[in-house]
Amino acid sequence: MDPDYVLVASDRVAASNIVQMKDDHDKMFKMSEKILLLCVGEAGDTVQFAEYIQKNVQLYKMRNGYELSPTAAANFTRRNLADCLGASTLLHGLLAALAKAPFAAMALCLLDSQYIWTAIELLRKCLEELQKRFILNLPTFSVRIIDKNAIHDWTTFPSPNRAPNISSTSLPLAKNIFLLVCLFFSYLFQVHS
Amino acid sequence: MASRYDRAITVFSPDGHLFQVEYAQEAVKKGSTAVGIRGANIVVLGVEKKSVAKLQDERTVRKICALDDHVCMAFAALTIFIGLAADARVVINRARVECQSHKLTVEDPVTVEYITRFIATLKQKYTQSNGRRPFGISALIVGFDDDGIPRLYQTDPSGTYHAWKANAIGRSAKTVREFLEKNYTEDAIASDNEAIKLAIKALLEVVQSGGKNIELAVIRRHQALEMFSAKEVELHITEIEKEKEKAEKKKSKKSV
Repeated sequence: MDPDYVLVASDRVAASNIVQMKDDHDKMFKMSEKILLLCVGEAGDTVQFAEYIQKNVQLYKMRNGYELSPTAAANFTRRNLADCLGASTLLHGLLAALAKAPFAAMALCLLDSQYIWTAIELLRKCLEELQKRFILNLPTFSVRIIDKNAIHDWTTFPSPNRAPNISSTSLPLAKNIFLLVCLFFSYLFQVHS
Repeated sequence: MASRYDRAITVFSPDGHLFQVEYAQEAVKKGSTAVGIRGANIVVLGVEKKSVAKLQDERTVRKICALDDHVCMAFAALTIFIGLAADARVVINRARVECQSHKLTVEDPVTVEYITRFIATLKQKYTQSNGRRPFGISALIVGFDDDGIPRLYQTDPSGTYHAWKANAIGRSAKTVREFLEKNYTEDAIASDNEAIKLAIKALLEVVQSGGKNIELAVIRRHQALEMFSAKEVELHITEIEKEKEKAEKKKSKKSV
């Protein structure tokens, strides 16, 4: 059975070297009503790039009267990222890979999302593992779920013991949704907007 | 006299005319009639829809275009260009890019006045460049700013723009404007419905009656822009006709 939602979580820490500057930093960018871009990397570069993509996605919507599909948006992002990084094919493949993935993780656990409640449980387990094993203190996470209707928001996912409150109703069967994750290497990255 | 000074845009005539710009304004007068009304809490744009050829897909004949949308629910801009449709497409595209560009650099959506000024500046540039002709279009631009105040602006091929309470452009614009001057009162625009009816009544002065012949769009404060379907326009038209009948009956009673 194919899942018909995407569950994404990102931490809310904005740090510079050993100093934590913010603990409520939202790393997700809303491209359109049903597309989120999670962007991590060098401070400033992430926001510049993500906002540039965001405005271009909006421009498409104004010009054409309908929104870009997630695939199209992902390819657009990938191409822009590759252009910004320079046209090296190795880099292109390595750094700007677009993976149609049933899961994608930068943590050490597996997300096998068959049912949304299981997914949330698994997410919670991942985050517990992070709290336990990851050297940086990541106290809170932004969690969002994208289904066929909209992006649903849980702004904080504080402790692993807290029960989730989800507002969406029953989710019918549907197709794969692309999870878009961009990874930056800051010393190679320049944005031209 | 005119023929010697009307070839190049960059040449003034001895009596101070830029004939190319004036000819562009003539092109606008050939386009369909459009009317814009600024109500207390609503802005209305209406345009005459020319009858569509049998084999033509009606949905691709849209004159009213959104420049920017309700991303922050406090702002929206609608525009209509009358004149050469191809010129309009080019200007609308530039305006849409500018809306997003502005948001990217200053994080705020454009004000209606800003985007009007942008469009007007663009048009003016084309009245002062060698080898290019002016855009043969006039625009009515409506919207709400962040402060919730409704705005209506009009631009013309020369690149000037003005704010209006109500205006008309295109064919028979003069007739419609005169109607508006007589009938635009504080009462007439007090409620949303009344403002919509005023716009339709103004258009009905020069357009054949019927939902098929009028394209209407409104923006209400803090709401998304709304394009009316032919049915909804019909509803308003029947209301207007009923009111007319009532008024006529009253009149005839009085006279008897």
